[in-house]
Order: sequence, then C-alpha cells, then structure tokens
Amino acid sequence: MAMLEIKDIEVYYGMIQAIKGISFEVNEGEVIALIGANGAGKTTILHTITGLLSPKKGSVLFEGKDITRIPAHKIVSLGMAHVPEGRRVFAELTVYENLKMGAYTRKDKGKIEQTLKMVYERFPRLKERKNQLAGTLSGGEQQMLAMGRALMSLPKIIVMDEPSMGLSPILVNQIFEIIEEVSKSGTTVLLVEQNAKKALSIADRAYVLETGRIVLEGDAKELMNDDAIKKAYLGE
Amino acid sequence: MSFISYLINGISLGSVYAIIALGYTMVYGIAKMLNFAHGDVIMIGAYVVMAAMTGMGLHPAVAIILAAVFCTVLGIVIESVAYRPLLNAASSLAVLITAIGVSYLLQNIALLVFGANTISFPKALSLPAISLADGALTITGEAIVTIVSCIVIMVVLNVFIHESKAGQAMLAVSEDKGAAQLMGINVNGTIALTFAIGSALAAFAGVLLCSAYPTLTPYTGAMPGIKAFVAAVFGGIGSIPGALIGGLLLGIIEIFGKAYISSQMADAIVFGVLILILLVKPTGILGKNIQEKV
Repeated sequence: MAMLEIKDIEVYYGMIQAIKGISFEVNEGEVIALIGANGAGKTTILHTITGLLSPKKGSVLFEGKDITRIPAHKIVSLGMAHVPEGRRVFAELTVYENLKMGAYTRKDKGKIEQTLKMVYERFPRLKERKNQLAGTLSGGEQQMLAMGRALMSLPKIIVMDEPSMGLSPILVNQIFEIIEEVSKSGTTVLLVEQNAKKALSIADRAYVLETGRIVLEGDAKELMNDDAIKKAYLGE
Repeated sequence: MSFISYLINGISLGSVYAIIALGYTMVYGIAKMLNFAHGDVIMIGAYVVMAAMTGMGLHPAVAIILAAVFCTVLGIVIESVAYRPLLNAASSLAVLITAIGVSYLLQNIALLVFGANTISFPKALSLPAISLADGALTITGEAIVTIVSCIVIMVVLNVFIHESKAGQAMLAVSEDKGAAQLMGINVNGTIALTFAIGSALAAFAGVLLCSAYPTLTPYTGAMPGIKAFVAAVFGGIGSIPGALIGGLLLGIIEIFGKAYISSQMADAIVFGVLILILLVKPTGILGKNIQEKV
C-alpha cells in the first residue's frame, strides 16, 4: 500500500478548474518530484494534500486513511509536514521560536529539545543564528529554517513547494543536498519544483504536469533522458 | 497639587482606555479586522453588573465575574455568527460594515431590555480614598483599583502571550494564518480565543469606567469605545504595549485638556493630537512598518 495516494482529484478556484483529475502515489521512503511549468497546478496539488484546499472530486489517502476533508491544522499531527512556497517563516519571531512553532502539535515535550539538536546539527547555520529574527535571515537561511521548522514535527512525509525558488545556484545545490540527507534519514519526500533538472537528479520517480493534468510519469532517471522532457523542461 | 491630582485622574482614565484598546488591538493584530462593536460590549458588561447587583442582589465581585463570563460568551458568539463567515470575503469592508451593524444591534438590545433612561451605576468598587499631603491631594479608591488592574492585566497578558502555547499560536496567526495552519494551529479557534479575551477585558473596563462615571445608558460604551480605538491607533494598532502607551497618553491629554484649556474642547484636543501624531508617524507610536509581501 502506498503511503500517500491521490485519487482522481479535481480542484476549482471559483469557476476555474485548476486540477482536472489527477492520480498519483508516493511510497514510503521515496523521493517524488512533481515538475511542470508555472500554472500547471503543482502548488494547488500540495495545498489539496495538506488540507489548505478541498477538492471538488476525488480523495487523498494517507497511510490508508481518508484525509480529504481533514482541515490543515489537523494534518500535521498525522505525520505530514508542508514547507510552503516562499518559505513563510514567522519574520517577527526568532529562529529558535520558529523552530519551536514547528513542534506545536507534539505531545512528547521532553523530546522536543532532542529534535531541536538534530535540526541544529543538520543546519549549523540556524544554530549560529538562533536568537536572530527570522525576517533578517537571507533567502537561503530562511529556506533552511522553513525546512528545519517542518522537521521539528518529526514528519513521516515532508512536502516541499519550490525550495530552490529565488536562490543562487550554490545555495540550490546545498538545499538539494539537504533534501537528499532528509530522505536518507528515513523521511519520505514529495517535492514540487520548477527546477526540473535538479528535482529529477535526486528523485526516484517523477510526474510531469501540464495545465492541471499529468502528461508523463515514470522513473526520474529515465525521464531525464526523455527527448520531450529535455526539450520542454531541461533546456537542452 | 492640582497638577498631580489631574495627572492621576488622567492615568486612571487612560488605564480604562488602555484596557479597552487591548481588545481592539489584539483582534486587529490577529484577525486583521476592526471590531467596532467592542465599545458596546463594555456597555453590556456594565448592564450585567448593574442587573446582577441591584436586580439579583449579588455581591459586586460575583457580579463582575458574571459580567466577564457573559461578555466572553458574547464575544465568541459575535465572532462566530457575524464575522467568521466574512473573514475570507473579497472585501474587508464587509466585516467593517457588519461590525458597525453589530454595534447598533447591541445598543438597541440594551435599549429594548433596559430602556433609554440613564441609570445610576451601583457602587461595585468600594475602597477608601487615600489622602496625602495633609489632605491637599486625594486619590480615590476607584482610581487606585483602575491603575492597579491595568498594570496586572498588562503583565498577565504579556506572560500569557509569550509563555503559553495559546499565546504562541496567537503570535503565529497574527503573522501568517496559512503558515500557522501548517504548524497545526487551529486558526479559527485562536481568533475566537482572542475575541473571548478582548470581551472579558471589556467587561472589566465597563465596571471601571462606570465606577468612575457612575451613569449608564445604552450609549455609554460608544464614545469610550471610539476613544480606545483612537488610543490603539495612537500607540500603533496591533501592538499590546502600544495600547498601553496610547491609552495612557489619551487619558492624560483628555484630563489636562479639560482642566487647563476647556472641558468642551477636550475631545477636539484629543483627536487633534491624534491627527498630529499620525501625520508624523502614520503607523502610530510603536507601530511597525508592515511591508507588503509580493
């Protein structure tokens, strides 16, 4: 059984249909990439999965449980964390307070410090800046904070929306290395990216979206060598 | 000596404004809406105390707690019935207009239940006045209670927001509702809690206000409500220390204006100073420059 199963979802913004019947699945331990151009519906899909949007049709199953109509704030404690597009860190709070916010739903108070230590080890930069306001961090540091904050809930699956957006090539490489590390440590990853090359290089499988539909899917390495993909998304 | 006496009166009145301003500023900070019915919750609280004491013969302390509970429930009901359905409305004006409607609704309910006559407010706070400097300076018991209440409320609220989980949720919601949801924070619940706290404080403010100026009509809350809103803007709306500073300043300016310039002009002076401050610092004294995210 897949860890996350999306079945025939259709999502509307008012009268406009953004997602026109999409199904896919994410298995435990995988890194899955959703790639596609601007407006293809990638973010809409993530929002539907984590409960920020409701689909008109179709369902979302997490570990066999139907979570389609569960509100966003109840999804986190099921074991799913969402790193939103544009980082969305709490600018007026310190790095430390942001990380604590990530553990908001956790009941095992005693173990939060332990997770914090783990996050600081993964992101030494955040430890250096723990008392600094998040709004004063650079874009790359904010992305690290957004990821660290998501990891604070000890998710089984982490859903990431455009983690490379607006970052320099060096930082993009760094962020993708961290995503690989997160995956290796046992967290399943669902990744939405416009940087198709980077996303395919770390993904196990990928789905290609075009205007609300999946047009291609398969093994990430194979997709990388697909002529149509090369032409449309990899700029070759 | 009269200067010090005026100053203490000003601080006392300002403390009431500050407590009311907290309700405006917290709701604005967290739900990004102006609850113009807040002033009328004060009036309802005062009527509940009056009815409980003179009608049911309850002890003042019991009456005050009853009023706080009543107003808390009222605040939650107003939020869930009148405002929540509109929080995602296309225009924020919809909520503003609804708030004005709720304000008139509360005033007219009071008019219906208690009538239009001015009622004298019973003595809910009975403390002896303090006489200083051989009787040259007298501080009323009400003034002392009011100032002490304001300090206690500010300290407790500050600890609550920075130390409790619900307080942390408020901070997160005030910054970014969407991101707060992704942390597992119940945004609607947090907004309801904010209304509850603001409304309970309004009930206390109603008692303090009517103890200092012991008359009560269905419109008693309207003017202090507007002035407390001004105080909140003065200090920087959304900021809790701003509500304190704005409230105190407003109270002191009002009393000094009445004492030294003209009692008829006092309100005009208060609003005049507000205009001047906003011309120099449009976000208020402690207001943040909110940068719109693109």
